Amino acid sequence: MLFTIFATITVAGAVAAMSLRNLVHSVLALTLAFAGLAVVYLQLGAQFIGLAQILVYVGAVAILIVFAILLTRDAEATPKFIVDRSWKSSGAVAIASFGVLAWAIHHSAASRHAVPPQPEATMQQIGNGLMMRFALPLEIIGLLLTAALIGAVTIAIHEKQETR
Amino acid sequence: MLGEGIAKGLVETARNFFGSYFTKDRLTTVQYPEERLPQFEAARNFPFLVYDGGDWQAGLRCVGCQICEKECPPKCIYIEKSKDKKPDAVGKLQFYPAVFNIDVSVCMSCQICVEVCPFEAIKMDTEFELSTDDRFGGLLWDKAQLAKSNEHYRKIHPTEAAEVDARLAEEKAKVDAKVKAAAENKTTPTSPGAVQPGSGASSTQ
Amino acid sequence: MVETADQLFVILQHWLVGHAPASLRSILSVLLPVIAILVVFGLLFAITTILERKGLGRIQNRYGPNRTGPFGVLQPIADAIKSLTKEDVVPQAADKIVHFLAPVVLVLAAFSIYAVMPVGRNMVLANLDAGVLYFFAVSSVMELTIFMAGWSSRNKYSLLGAMRAIAQMISYEVPLILASITVIMAAGSMSTVTIVEKQAGFTGILPHWFVFTPWGFAGFILFMIAATAESNRSPFDLPEGESEIIAGYYIEYSGFKFALFFLGEYLGMFAISGLGITLFLGGWSAPLSFLTWLPSYLWFFAKLLAMIVVFIWIRGTLPRMRTDQLMNFAWKFMLPMTLLNLVTAGVWRFLPGGLLRWLVCSFLVVVPYVLLGRGLMQGWKLEKRVYRFAE
Repeated sequence: MLFTIFATITVAGAVAAMSLRNLVHSVLALTLAFAGLAVVYLQLGAQFIGLAQILVYVGAVAILIVFAILLTRDAEATPKFIVDRSWKSSGAVAIASFGVLAWAIHHSAASRHAVPPQPEATMQQIGNGLMMRFALPLEIIGLLLTAALIGAVTIAIHEKQETR
Repeated sequence: MLGEGIAKGLVETARNFFGSYFTKDRLTTVQYPEERLPQFEAARNFPFLVYDGGDWQAGLRCVGCQICEKECPPKCIYIEKSKDKKPDAVGKLQFYPAVFNIDVSVCMSCQICVEVCPFEAIKMDTEFELSTDDRFGGLLWDKAQLAKSNEHYRKIHPTEAAEVDARLAEEKAKVDAKVKAAAENKTTPTSPGAVQPGSGASSTQ
Repeated sequence: MVETADQLFVILQHWLVGHAPASLRSILSVLLPVIAILVVFGLLFAITTILERKGLGRIQNRYGPNRTGPFGVLQPIADAIKSLTKEDVVPQAADKIVHFLAPVVLVLAAFSIYAVMPVGRNMVLANLDAGVLYFFAVSSVMELTIFMAGWSSRNKYSLLGAMRAIAQMISYEVPLILASITVIMAAGSMSTVTIVEKQAGFTGILPHWFVFTPWGFAGFILFMIAATAESNRSPFDLPEGESEIIAGYYIEYSGFKFALFFLGEYLGMFAISGLGITLFLGGWSAPLSFLTWLPSYLWFFAKLLAMIVVFIWIRGTLPRMRTDQLMNFAWKFMLPMTLLNLVTAGVWRFLPGGLLRWLVCSFLVVVPYVLLGRGLMQGWKLEKRVYRFAE
């Protein structure tokens, strides 16, 4: 019951994000979809993923998109809803890939289990896993992000000197 | 070191906070309706009509000459001159204002009416709490509301009132002397040539 | 007796739930704490407005409000009536739906933060495994509502205010989270209840609060600075600077919606103070071992009031910062300090207890503070301002 409500909210948010004319409205609808997804995660007992979803997507990514929209172009002037050939063909591709995936999942061995064994994933375990077993990947990702950050700062500083 | 200034500022504001509970001089606010600052002697807000003696209707100095009405910049004064004459405070027959209204909401406290009045009949009051809940009738003051005694004037503007009183007394003395001289002239008609021109000149004044 | 007083509200809740019909029990057991939170923190908001106005008044050598009721204590009621009866003006160009949603979502988010706040022993609505993460997740929703308010009003000032608010909140969220990670490291848990329980013991008469360690003290100060910035309060009140952008993002709100914004802002401040208390000041635990007979919730609210007083004191003292100072402070001082504090907390964890640990960790806190402070102040010179065009 609850799952149906939140799934509907998520899908409605996603649809609204695609179809709304106003870009900022689209972002807000997308945020709603993110939040709905987070609630679904929480319902499945994945506390960490759910809260991280809210923190990262609702808190940071949505804001980032908003900044990008407001800083790049006029958010008000949006083109008309266009249905041309590329849209139709991409729609066909999307439906086809969804069909294939659904068929594959439906017929795969994983979905045969009536009740899959649910692993108990507490915060402690996630923390231990990240710090022990997956410490190296985590460090590498951290390094990558730091490099990206420094790169962004370098670009920003360079631009500033040019304009002066 | 970083944070020194912040600490100093915090100490200062804390001193202000606690000091305001112990030292009354720190609090500069006057709690207005209960406490009032003494008014300056030259304070002025809204004109009133001066009367002499005990009865305001008889004692009004105003003779309805309408000079103030004409001079008033925002035209807040309305006067209707009387058709008849009534005796004033000293018993002399005078015209009087049948209607004398001033609109509080229009008056701009410029004191021009006071400056132009030849009879010292209109003066400025220090009263400033004139608000009312009736914004048309309540703000249009008529003769009865405007009339205030000379004692009141002496109380609110002592220096100015003393000057005015002295001037009026001087004028009165002059008139009295003239009347006396005229009376003497009447009683001693033997020497008309010596006094007549002087009294004639003064009567034309 | 002491135990009963401490658990008074828990017992009351169980009693009420026990007497309800069986079908309502599960709903009631959730609803009762929710109502309690709404009432208590709503009242605290009212008390804080009068405290703030009186306190600021005294700091500026004024009386503050003293007309409604004895000493003006009924002022919050007068304010409430005023804002409830005011006309609700919505600008014609405004985006009506978003304009309406922004204050509602803000207050919803602000109230839902309190779900993980342990206000007393056994007095928490939801003991989440990831309580601290929940806190930051929900408070990040508040940023979005501020953007919604600022954007939907179609007003230059409100948009400027919203952009300033978002830039500031994102910048200060980093040190805020990094400062609280030290506590999570020390407690080994993200559950607020566990964190408080870890601090509830005593050595002699002194409590085991994290603030009484070098890294905890530095972390607490850094946390509170970042918290001030997160709750948009002076000296970090650029987003709503009255003198420059009038009221920032809520300039186009009036009447009840304005009151909601006001409420949301204060609730955010209480929540973040509450988190600071939970993380560093031992939550509901008593400050000295012989004071444990006082009920735990009293201690929590006493600490919360103390934090509010400090907030008001700071607001009455410091002037508003400039944007570049704000950003410099966030990225050149707060961020390195919190990162080094993280290292200090790790060192504290692995060194054996004793004087050496204290010395090493104090050194690790004080030296970066002095050096970073000197670096931050390097450009600050008091000199006569030279105008290029005005003269």
